[in-house]
Amino acid sequence: MDILFKILIDPFLQMGSAPDLLVQTIWEGFVTGVLYALIALGFVLIFKASGVFNFAQGIMVVFAGLTLVGLYEMGLPAPIALIVTLLVMYVLAVTIERVVLRPLVNQPDIILFMATFGITYFLIGLGEFIFGGNPKQMISEQLYLPKGSLEFKMLGGFVQLQKIDIAAAVIAMIMIIALALFFQYTRIGRALRAVADSHKAALSVGISLNQIWVIVWFAAGIVALVTGIMWGARSDVSFGLQVIALKALPVLILGGFTSVPGAIIGGLIIGIGEKLGEFYWGPLVGGGIESWLAYCIALFFLLFRPQGLFGDKIIERI
Amino acid sequence: MFYRETGQFKTNYADDMALLPILQDRIGLGIILFVAYVIIPFFGNDFLLSTVMIPFLVFSLAAIGLNILTGFTGLISLGTGAFMGVGAYACYKVSSTFPDLNILFCIVFSGVFSALVGVLFGLPSLRIKGFYLAVATLAAQFFLQWCFVRIPWLYNYNVSGAIEVSQRSIFGVIVTGAKATPESRYIVMLVLVTLMTWVAANVLSGRIGRAFMAVRDMDIAAELMGIDLLKTKLLAFAFSSFYAGVAGAAMMFIWVGGGEANDSFNINQSFLILFMVIIGGLGSLLGAFLGAAFISSLPTILKFGLPAIGIPLAGATAEHLTYILVGGLILFFLIVEPHGLARLWQIGKQKLRMWPFPY
Repeated sequence: MDILFKILIDPFLQMGSAPDLLVQTIWEGFVTGVLYALIALGFVLIFKASGVFNFAQGIMVVFAGLTLVGLYEMGLPAPIALIVTLLVMYVLAVTIERVVLRPLVNQPDIILFMATFGITYFLIGLGEFIFGGNPKQMISEQLYLPKGSLEFKMLGGFVQLQKIDIAAAVIAMIMIIALALFFQYTRIGRALRAVADSHKAALSVGISLNQIWVIVWFAAGIVALVTGIMWGARSDVSFGLQVIALKALPVLILGGFTSVPGAIIGGLIIGIGEKLGEFYWGPLVGGGIESWLAYCIALFFLLFRPQGLFGDKIIERI
Repeated sequence: MFYRETGQFKTNYADDMALLPILQDRIGLGIILFVAYVIIPFFGNDFLLSTVMIPFLVFSLAAIGLNILTGFTGLISLGTGAFMGVGAYACYKVSSTFPDLNILFCIVFSGVFSALVGVLFGLPSLRIKGFYLAVATLAAQFFLQWCFVRIPWLYNYNVSGAIEVSQRSIFGVIVTGAKATPESRYIVMLVLVTLMTWVAANVLSGRIGRAFMAVRDMDIAAELMGIDLLKTKLLAFAFSSFYAGVAGAAMMFIWVGGGEANDSFNINQSFLILFMVIIGGLGSLLGAFLGAAFISSLPTILKFGLPAIGIPLAGATAEHLTYILVGGLILFFLIVEPHGLARLWQIGKQKLRMWPFPY
């Protein structure tokens, strides 16, 4: 009985007795969730357009962040470093398309998945080779990111919001809206949606798949850069960050591989669920459950919807 | 010319169902076994045995396991490392609870535990497919790894949290622990791998194996043909995890000889074994061996090959170069031969059959 009480009732009592802590936890979960959603967004963009399950998104985040900081350390002013980093991401997109994707067209999905592993290893090595393996400080001041925190007095306590977290949420939202507009209203966006619907049909109306892939990988690169800046400003830029790619995977299966709204809502569910679980239920089993809780949440949802919350319905024919 | 099956008639059903129907294959296998059992232990030095051959054998066992699941049944799993861990910890528990039990039996028996855990985590495969399943198996990876750290019962409440391998002998020869010679460990490992490969080859070419392949090619069609998907998929998970578990137990007890086990069974290990399966060739036992040989010898080759071509092995730079090279090689192999090294052997066989004529 005691254990049932601890699992089922006690956490909620704690939540009720200290609502400010609850709000704080949810906020932290929300911000983490936004960043998960950003990584998942990079995945979804590439998966929709090329059917590639891009494991390298995590390392692209690190690589973009590292390039930015590394260039700044080499003496470039911050805005120019930002532009050069964008160029680097573009070159990366072109290179990946030319060297990896083009020869592997029409191969089974798992082969392409493995190829992105190769890219991951390659980028880890390259990044460390050029910029060194030590963690770096993100240049948040030079990029005019706010510092410090806001404190609100509410619910009989204090809730502390880091300004950088607020900025992260706002920038993420702006970027998602911009992407949505881009997809909806531009020529390239229409082409991207066409490719996502059907490769063959898109080819037959004269859309160049190769070009689209470069654009998509570049878009994913931009998303990675933004994620890298935000995540780097919260902690620092190091290769440890690529682990967050693994955190984005449950977000993906929860939201569905092919859905942008799914990535966002999935990210928020996972982020908040994870923090709440860790904070209120974690101590019962000795803590550290953050590493697998996300997967369990996602698995639970998948039992009811095998294609994720917003994924395309899986139709199987014989 | 060298590989012609002309004149080798199959006169009864047993011949038709033989694992190696062609004489040349049997001779080739005989030579390989002779080299493995006689030449390498007698003429190889300790370095070859303990840094090259034993890891290769351990990994080929794990790769066979994953190949059964991914290559033959079409279920992608990213949890192999954790299943290996289950084997290692089970072996530790069994061998420390029953100190008189033969260690070889402990190692094989620990596969049973791993198989049970595998079935448990295989349950979602009935509803989830493809990459969704791959990500779902990551749940197994992270959850089990968490268990290895947080449940002290698994490592007998050691302060260090490490697996301690005690000294055990078979027929009076010490095979585990610090005093075991590389030769004895190698032979034990080799016997294990030979037997388990033989079992796998037979199972996979029989009714069960064909059911696996039917599920891989299209599970709905397989179900319509009367294959019980629940049973088949779970059996594949059990079978595969059994091999992974034995590989994990062998890795801890025969190869590494104990220590901090949690790190050896992390997500990178799972990916590494998936590499082996894919670079070797999906759905081929030979591929599992080729992939394991390639990936497991790669660090050694780079470690001794780089200085040989003039790149100094000075700490960080070499490590970064290793990453770049490994990534580059994976890409290279995937692009050149997406069907794996086993396909290269297929092509080579065809060439040998025609030689000296082009076609």
